Formats: sequence, structure tokens, C-alpha cells
Amino acid sequence: MELVTPALGLMFWMFVTFAIIFLLLKKFAWKPILKMIKEREDSIDSAIQSAEKARQEMKELQAGNERILAEARAASDTLLKDARDAKDAIIAEAKTKAKSEADRLVAQARETINNEKLAAITELKNQVATLSIDIAEKILREQFSSDEKQKAHINNLMKEVTLN
Amino acid sequence: MSNKINIFSVKNFCFSLFVAVLTLLPAKTFAYEPIEEENNHDEVIDTVSAAKHAEGNSTAFNAGEMIIEHIGDSHQWHLWGDHGHAVHIPLPVILWTDKGLEIFSSSKVEHHEDIYEGTHYKYMLHNEHIEVVDNFGNVDEEATAKIKDFSITKNALTIIVSALIMLLIFIKVAKSYKRREGMAPKGLQSFMEPLILFIRDDVAKTSIGEKKYERYMPYLLTAFFFIFFNNLMGLIPIFPFGANLTGNISVCLVLAGITLVVTLISGNGHYWRHIFAMPGVPIPVLIILTPIELIGVVLRPFVLMIRLFANITAGHIIALAFFSLIFIFGEKSTGAGYGVSVVSIAFTVFMGFLELLVAFLQAYVFTLLSAIYIGAAVEEGHHEHEHHVEKGHEATHVIA
Repeated sequence: MELVTPALGLMFWMFVTFAIIFLLLKKFAWKPILKMIKEREDSIDSAIQSAEKARQEMKELQAGNERILAEARAASDTLLKDARDAKDAIIAEAKTKAKSEADRLVAQARETINNEKLAAITELKNQVATLSIDIAEKILREQFSSDEKQKAHINNLMKEVTLN
Repeated sequence: MSNKINIFSVKNFCFSLFVAVLTLLPAKTFAYEPIEEENNHDEVIDTVSAAKHAEGNSTAFNAGEMIIEHIGDSHQWHLWGDHGHAVHIPLPVILWTDKGLEIFSSSKVEHHEDIYEGTHYKYMLHNEHIEVVDNFGNVDEEATAKIKDFSITKNALTIIVSALIMLLIFIKVAKSYKRREGMAPKGLQSFMEPLILFIRDDVAKTSIGEKKYERYMPYLLTAFFFIFFNNLMGLIPIFPFGANLTGNISVCLVLAGITLVVTLISGNGHYWRHIFAMPGVPIPVLIILTPIELIGVVLRPFVLMIRLFANITAGHIIALAFFSLIFIFGEKSTGAGYGVSVVSIAFTVFMGFLELLVAFLQAYVFTLLSAIYIGAAVEEGHHEHEHHVEKGHEATHVIA
């Protein structure tokens, strides 16, 4: 029975001590500890949330970047294509121009050559004519240098001429 | 005399066995192991003294007497030695008599025949009770009934020691929370945090509810750690620990009483209506039901008290009983004493581990049930939830 009989003195000390440690721990331990734990949990929560948000933003940013990149690529493609076209056009034009110029030059050259040739032929003709006349003159001079010769020739001619 | 020597060699044998067991065990994994071992060891010493005491009185070793002496309260703190030349720490005796306060050291009435002449009466210590006596040691029953014993007994001192330890530990922990704000817990703080979170999340939040639990956290935490620390301290046999405090009915009564008071103060209209006039119950039935509910209000903390008291006391009794076996057999034959000691120690080590579990479990059960009772008192909800709470309550009864 001794064991299950509450002792007044011990109950008194128990109550007083328990009340004191309860009040002291409440003020100096439990309140700050629970507050700190809660604050830490909140800060961890918010940190996780902001990390998640940052990840989301990163994702969006990445998507945006990809879009911009694609746009840039498309733009550069168009630019390149344009440039290529322009180049082709320029080359083609240059070619045409060069050809026509060449043609023109060739034609001009041909004309000049023709003119030159004609001039040369004329010159040659003239010279040949002059030369022929000179030669003929010399031959005639030779043939008609004496009277006998002139008479012989006229005789020949006369012979040929038959008065039919 | 030869018996005395034998008993001492049994003690030495036990001690060397403990040392052997200790060296075989990984130190860290069984952090509490040495405590447990020493607990056993100390009990051996105590048993020795009890046995010697018995021998001195030329009677056989009385296990029951020895065990009751060990789990009960005392006006002095017995360290070692037998009754003839025992080493005690005398504790102050504080008496509130009908004539006024009386304070003296328990060393004045230490021995069996000591009579201390106080200011108002003459006192004698008989079976740990201070009794008023006349010059010849005859007890004055009438005057004895009038004195109130407020002595700082072994248990009262243990309460104060455990209170100081708790203050030291938790104020230190609170400081490290302030110092390491927002950082991960470290050291003692990281040891206590899981327990605090356990009480908060698994006891208070689930039993009282998210909205109201915060108000009761300081009480639940104080009660949990007070019981837990004292359960553990009860397993450490060296001064200033080793008192069977949480296995003391007065201590359990105060703790359960506080839970009752907290429950009654917190009780809202919903709670009282369910006690005095359960909604939906016909009046004739209420005549039976209301007294049952009223008894239930008191019965719950009463069971809370008995559970803690019985569990912790039983643990101490079992450990002591195993050691008593050694001396019971040792009285018959020295060899049998040696033989049984091996078994006894093995069982006590096993019980020690079990007691570590019980130390935590009982602190948890006490706190959980307190939280459930408070939860039922502050609950606003409807009927179904209450049944749920009751079910949880039943389940924990099974655990206990």
C-alpha cells in the first residue's frame, strides 16, 4: 500500500518544480525553439517555391530563347537567300553586259578590220593601177622607142585588121 | 561471514562480466548500454547491502523487502555500503507541524534508534516515515497524523535535478536555434529537434488539430521531456540519478492531475454538452450516460497515472527481481548463485533494452493521451470525428 499512497510533500515539490520548469521552459525554450523551427520551415518552403518559380522562369526563358534563335536563323536564312539571289542576278547581269560589250567590241573590230581591209585593197588597187600604168608606160616606152618598132607594130595591127 | 565473502565475489564476478560485455559491444551503437550495465551493477551492490542487512538481522534474504525499499522514496540518498556503515547523502527533513515549521537533516534520524529532539516534538524515522515519538521511542499517533512531511526526499531531489538538467539542455538548445538561425540543426539541437517535431507533428497536430495545437505545445513538450528524462535517469544508478521517480504514484498523480486540469479548463461548450447532455440521446438514457461520462472525465487521467506508474515500477521491479535470484540461489549454494548470476545478468541486460524502449514509449503514450484528451475538449467538429478520436485513444490503450 505504501507504494500506491500518494505523499503530500512529494506532490507539493513535484507540482511546484513542474510549474517552475514549465514556465521557464515555455518562455526561454519552447517558444523560441518552436518559433525558429517554424520560421526555418517557412523559409525552406519559400526557398523551394522560389526555386520552382525560378525553374519555371528559366524554362520560359529557354523557350523564348529558342524562339528568338529560330527567328534569327530564319532571318539569316532569308538574308542569305536574298544575298545569293542578288549575287546571281548581279553575276547574270554582268555576264550579259560583258557579252554585249564583247559583241559590240568584236563587231566594231570586225568593221574596223573591214574598213581597213577595204582601204588596204583600195590602196593596193591604186598602187597596182599606178604600178600597171608605170609598167605599161615603161613597156610602151620600150616598144615605141624607135620608129621601126612603131611601124612594125602598126603593121601587125594593120595585118590583123582585115578590111572585110 | 563466509556468505559475505561469497557475495562480494559474486559482485566482483558480475563486475568483470560487465567489463567483458562492455568491451565486446561497439561503444557507440549501445550508447545507453553502459548505463544499463552500471544500473545492474549498482543494484548488485544494493542487493549486497540488503542481503547483509538481512544477515545482520539473522534472517534470510528478503527479495520483496529489498525491492520495495529500492523503488520507494527515501529521506536519504543511499550510495553504498550496508546498514551498519552505509554511505548516505542526508537530505533535509521539512515538517509542517501544527505548532510550526521544523527543518533538520535526515542524518539526525538516520539510524534505527535515533530520536531527534526538534523545536516542537521529538522525531524518529520509521520505514521512511517521520513519526512523532516520546523520549522512549513510543509513537504518538495523534501528533504524527498532524504533521505534514514536505521533506526534500530522494524523489523530490530527483525532480529538482531533472528540472535543472531540462533547463540546461533546452535553454542551450534554444540558444543554438537563435545562434544558427535558419541553418540546419547541429549537436544537441539535432538530437532534440526530431523529438520536438515528433511531439508537434505526430502528437499535438494530429490529436488537437492544426488550429489549436500551438497553445498546448509547451505543456506537452514539458510533460514529454520530463517523463522521458526521468525514465532514462531512473535507469542510471549513479547519484544523482537512479530514483524511481516516474514510477512514483505522487509524481504520476500530479502529472495526470495537470492533464485533467488543462482538459477541464480547455473544455468548450461542445465538450461539456457531450458530457452532460449528449445530443440525440433520450433523457432517460442521459440519467445513466451522464454519470458515466462524468466518471470518464476523471477516469481517463486516473488511467494515465496508473499506466505510467505501473510500467516504470514494473521495469524496476523486474530488474531487481532478476538480481534477487542470484542471492536467493546464492544462499542455498555458492555455485548456484554464480550459475544463476549469468542468467540474471543476461535477462537484466535484455530488460534494460526493453526499459529504454519503455522509457520512450511511456513518455510518448502519456503525452499522446494527454493531447487526445485536450483535443477532445477543444474540438468543435461533429460527432464522427469524436468517434475517430476515441478509436485512436483505444488503439493507444492497446499499445500501452
